[in-house]
Amino acid sequence: MADLKFSKDGRLLFTKEMKKEYTILCPMMAPIHFQLFVNVLKNCGYNVELLTNDGPNVVQEGLKYVHNDTCYPALLVIGQFIDALHSGKYDLERTALMITQTGGGCRASNYIHLLRKALKKAGLEKIPVVSLNMSGLEHNPGFHLTLSMLRKFIAAVVYGDALMLLDNQTKAYEEIPGESRRTVEKWVDALSEQFNRGQGLSLKQLKENLNLIVKDFAQIKINKRPKIKVGIVGEIYVKYSALGNNNLEDFLAEQGCEVNVPGILNFALFKVDNRLEDIKLYGGSKAKFVVVKALMDYLLKMQNILIRAVESGQKFLAPVPYAHTKSLVKGVIGYGNKMGEGWLLTAEMLELVEQGYENIVCAQPFGCLPNHICGKGMIHRIKAVDERANIVPIDYDPSATRVNQENRIKLMLAVAREKLNKK
Amino acid sequence: MKIGLDVGSTTIKCVVLDDNNQILYQSYERHYSQITEKMAELLTKIQKEIVKGKQTLLTVSGSAGMGISQTCKLPFIQEVYATRVAVGKLIPDADVIIELGGEDAKILFLSGGTEVRMNGTCAGGTGAFIDQMATLLNIPLDEMNRLAKQYEKIYTIASRCGVFAKSDVQPLLNQGARKSDISASIFAAVANQTIAGLAQGRKIDGKVIYLGGPLTFLSQLRESFDHALQTKGICPENSLYYVAIGAALSSGIETDLDTALESIKAYGTTANFLSIPPLFENQEEYDEFKRRHAECRVPRGNAETYEGDAYLGIDAGSTTVKAVLLGKDGEVLDSIYKGNSGNPVPIIREYLLSLYNKYPKIQIAAGAVTGYGEELLKNAFNIDFGIVETVAHFTAAKCFLPNVDFVIDIGGQDMKCFKIHNGAIDNIFLNEACSSGCGSFLQTFANTLGYDIEDFAKLGLFAKHPVDLGSRCTVFMNSQVKQAQKDGATTEDISAGLSVSVVKNAIYKVIRAASAEELGRNIVVQGGTFLNDAVLRIFENELGVHVSRPDISGLMGAYGAGIYAKNRSTGESTIIKKDELENFQHEVKVTSCGRCSNNCRLTINVFGGGARRFIGGNRCEKPVTKRSSSDELNMYAFKLQTLRSYQPVKGKRGQIGLPMGLNMYELLPFWHTFFTQLGFEVVLSPLSSRELYIEGQHTIPSDTVCFPAKLMHGHVQALIDQGIENIFYPCMSYNFDEGLGDNHYNCPVVAYYPEVISANMSAPDGLHFIHDYVGIHRKHDFPIKMHGVLAKYFDGISLSEIKKAAKAAYNEYDNYLARIHEKGDRMIAQAQKEHRQIIVLSGRPYHLDPEINHGIDKLIISLGAAVISEDVLSCKVHRFPTAVLNQWTYHSRLYAAAKYIGDKPDMNLVQLVSFGCGVDAITTDEVRRILEENGKIYTQIKIDEITNLGTVKIRLRSLFAALES
Repeated sequence: MADLKFSKDGRLLFTKEMKKEYTILCPMMAPIHFQLFVNVLKNCGYNVELLTNDGPNVVQEGLKYVHNDTCYPALLVIGQFIDALHSGKYDLERTALMITQTGGGCRASNYIHLLRKALKKAGLEKIPVVSLNMSGLEHNPGFHLTLSMLRKFIAAVVYGDALMLLDNQTKAYEEIPGESRRTVEKWVDALSEQFNRGQGLSLKQLKENLNLIVKDFAQIKINKRPKIKVGIVGEIYVKYSALGNNNLEDFLAEQGCEVNVPGILNFALFKVDNRLEDIKLYGGSKAKFVVVKALMDYLLKMQNILIRAVESGQKFLAPVPYAHTKSLVKGVIGYGNKMGEGWLLTAEMLELVEQGYENIVCAQPFGCLPNHICGKGMIHRIKAVDERANIVPIDYDPSATRVNQENRIKLMLAVAREKLNKK
Repeated sequence: MKIGLDVGSTTIKCVVLDDNNQILYQSYERHYSQITEKMAELLTKIQKEIVKGKQTLLTVSGSAGMGISQTCKLPFIQEVYATRVAVGKLIPDADVIIELGGEDAKILFLSGGTEVRMNGTCAGGTGAFIDQMATLLNIPLDEMNRLAKQYEKIYTIASRCGVFAKSDVQPLLNQGARKSDISASIFAAVANQTIAGLAQGRKIDGKVIYLGGPLTFLSQLRESFDHALQTKGICPENSLYYVAIGAALSSGIETDLDTALESIKAYGTTANFLSIPPLFENQEEYDEFKRRHAECRVPRGNAETYEGDAYLGIDAGSTTVKAVLLGKDGEVLDSIYKGNSGNPVPIIREYLLSLYNKYPKIQIAAGAVTGYGEELLKNAFNIDFGIVETVAHFTAAKCFLPNVDFVIDIGGQDMKCFKIHNGAIDNIFLNEACSSGCGSFLQTFANTLGYDIEDFAKLGLFAKHPVDLGSRCTVFMNSQVKQAQKDGATTEDISAGLSVSVVKNAIYKVIRAASAEELGRNIVVQGGTFLNDAVLRIFENELGVHVSRPDISGLMGAYGAGIYAKNRSTGESTIIKKDELENFQHEVKVTSCGRCSNNCRLTINVFGGGARRFIGGNRCEKPVTKRSSSDELNMYAFKLQTLRSYQPVKGKRGQIGLPMGLNMYELLPFWHTFFTQLGFEVVLSPLSSRELYIEGQHTIPSDTVCFPAKLMHGHVQALIDQGIENIFYPCMSYNFDEGLGDNHYNCPVVAYYPEVISANMSAPDGLHFIHDYVGIHRKHDFPIKMHGVLAKYFDGISLSEIKKAAKAAYNEYDNYLARIHEKGDRMIAQAQKEHRQIIVLSGRPYHLDPEINHGIDKLIISLGAAVISEDVLSCKVHRFPTAVLNQWTYHSRLYAAAKYIGDKPDMNLVQLVSFGCGVDAITTDEVRRILEENGKIYTQIKIDEITNLGTVKIRLRSLFAALES
């Protein structure tokens, strides 16, 4: 069994032995993307398992071990971990946890520390926690984010975005229910298979795969009829996670809506772009600028491939280029607003309205700091810019009841339906 | 025929329209959460009496109707939307509709761009809130309305949240404020809250329509809205039924009533809900439980036969008054436990008189009073001692369990818990806003469900499936209960479930313990709420320990006070005697202090025709002693004074305005110097005040952001009103790097609040609101980047000018810090010389604002300690590892200050936390950890708009009591 080793400042390390022996648990967020991510990690030699446990006990464990005023995502993610560790399914001497860490000015950068505090409180401090980040925080001898791994992650983001987008645009209209879902599953399996063989990652293969994916979706029989088009934006966790947003996407589908959830690639672009904006606004190293710019260009190239592929299907509405998204907030909110979802959240709302998804649920954890600014704080101005916007901000937390949330969403939908009938 | 059914959170409204849309039938009643039964009953009646099997169209609306309609496949219309349909038909020229419901508040703008708004999740200011307040005042709603007509003064009450408002109203009651004034103040608060929370910058004028229960029934509430809006709103005929009418009007699908009835009746029986195991499996288990707890008894004496010295203990709690009379051996001779009906004075007078009359052989040798009403009663009856509640409870607990190491007291409004370490109170937990949920919470629910509290509590004992309702805000609990009922939970299950939520709230939110080990093995539970066996059982189950509940659980505060009086008695009590009691007089006057800018609303109680008086509502000692409190040892006062000394200097480039809030409290020396050097006359917004806040309140888009941020709207408005044409309030992701942490960010709100101001406040033409992103952390790049920023707004400012100004600004900022550090050191030395406790009042720079800190600094000074700020100490500390990512400049100072005082016996830290501060969810735990690592007591004070300092005082006095022992 692997020995427990600690870093100089007393942090339990994930060692090379652990890499061989341990199962690493990873919390769920966006299901399609995260399945692919986990497969990338497996492909790189880590024994990773994506957590799918949900239900009220996750919240209970969160409430018990996390400061209750902390944001809801932290409570859920940590609750999900502890619920899993307490489930008896895992050998606690051979289990590690993995969590992302952003290093931004939002309190989300502290999730990993809150997780460690929670583990300690629960008497589970011997479970190592691996930080997955791009800021060089917290090194572990048994885990390295290599360049090749990063490339695979980026590819997974692009595939994930494509599948999510095509699924959303198809399933609301499909003639045979479940066909779109099956196509997603088929491709998640196929792509994971490719990753295992080290394939599907080059730009060329990406292009080929995406074209095939689009083709597959285009073949699904649909009955296009007018539906309320709803966009979902918000804090990244509650935006994507059904656990976080009380199955918002399913609820909207039940209400007869087509849903659009803007992808993760833009978020990645945004985070990289922030480093460039920082240098532009406050000054900084030219060399760093050049390096970051290269990464930015690589990501943009990927986005371009994605857009082209979706456009080639002709049936689908492709995402707009990042530069256009960014241009939408000029004069609305500053590019220096980078904590959390920052200006991108505002931009996504404007982009959705422009693309015809003028009905928007802006989902945020109760008391989410950045979203006081770029979410709720910008609705007034967004409406001034584009009066078609029909936005409802919804707060999520352990005590917010579904009835209240759905009632407010239904109000937004009633207004949307009226507009739809007028068209 | 068309039927509209509006099933709201507390009531069910029904309307039947004929083919010409004339009302054939209407009804309005409370459903006491028996939703399906009421719906079925109502529809059966309608079918029998009106519809009689004819063709009908039915539509359901309302928050509680939503789920039912979906499952029963009945047409549904969202209620706000239904209102709009009805108003469109009945009052086509309406401009704005304001509708208050049980748990919702809505504003609909009809003319000039339709918009519909509903309150967010933090839901104060609704019908449920007014109900809660009426319960608190112990008067029915119509009485409240009648009283409100005779008001003379309006007090400031936070209506955002029932919990906050309670903490505003309770002290007013205890100070003896008139119920008429309080009632009117509550209505004013509701009006204010609704308008501020929902208008969000949009003006309410034209033809305003009032709808919904509260606005229909309460004429004074309408008055308050009229007053706040400066208009005359209309409450139309059928104002209760607009949602139902709208639902009926939009009915388009034929419904067979009998089928609908069947599916409604079948509804809810199949669904399931989250539950916990029953509290007791059987009667035997319960009997054994009762037997065990019956052993924890206090000795009793017989007052009829007792002779000689006795000791009086009084606990004037928030909703009840308790008193005990003890004999020489601590035996209870007599006791009372009564609702205080808003004024404890007559109750105690009567009690004292009865003691004097009934037991002439007993001499009261000493008395002590504790609780909310401590000072009022102490002055009213000249009682010997006044002690802080925690001390009273600890004294009492020791009598039952000498080696007690944890005491938890859950009363009507408060929860007090503390750890005992080395025989002294060590760590105090009090419930805060948003972690409430005490006895009155159970009582309010019992009442809404149509029970009294005793019967209701008993229902839960043998519930088969106690429902797990979660813990948090009481306002939300209503909808959670609704949901559970919808899912088939019985009243028994809900009774038990509510008790569960009280306990979970206490353990996981207030104490924040994960296991019993953290609390110690010897736990005493007390307070009226623990008399409820269900609560006690759940508490034991949840922690997995047996605890001691004294048989006088509800009287422990009074008992402790009595023991305290006994121990300190000098033989003769100062309590006024029988003849004086018989001619007892109590007058109440309300006035404004006017001795400083706080302008506290004072309640002056005069007893015995002027022999004794008690002033309530004051934040400092000024109105009592007529002297201003000394600022000699008050760093907050010094910093504030220093900042206000940065006066405008006329310059060639005209005026530039700086809003005095958030990080400007730290960076004023920097920006003032920078712009003064450039030839600008730097104008500051005035000191914060309630009025200034109200002026900007209607433009706040997010009601859950912290109060310091909300105040910024008022500051910017004040500058605009002064006619300032250039306002400078920059966005700043980064702060100065003080070398204490891993990074040096501002929190997201401080960093970007200028964006919110810019997007939500309307500025006159020609105003430059300069809110560009600047980085003062890069000293070299700053002038260059700033040159670019200023060039957008002003002509002819050269880079060399900016460089010079920047240099001066950096220097002045350093000077300012040096002055703080130097003055701080001198204060520490002085305090040490005078052997005073030093309180490190820690928070953010903007906590200097008296409107934000509510004079807590002065309160601490009045308790005899010195006050310094965290930045005086943080500069003395080198970077050290923390258990959290230490990435915000201001927050790094907190950790450093906590670290510094670890080995300083005369220094203690009190952390100010603004409600809604997300970052402090992280810092409070870490500061606590650092302090406790060094055996220090952690004290946290949550502040918001609230104006009452009652609980703050308890906390501080408990801290000082702990430090003394």
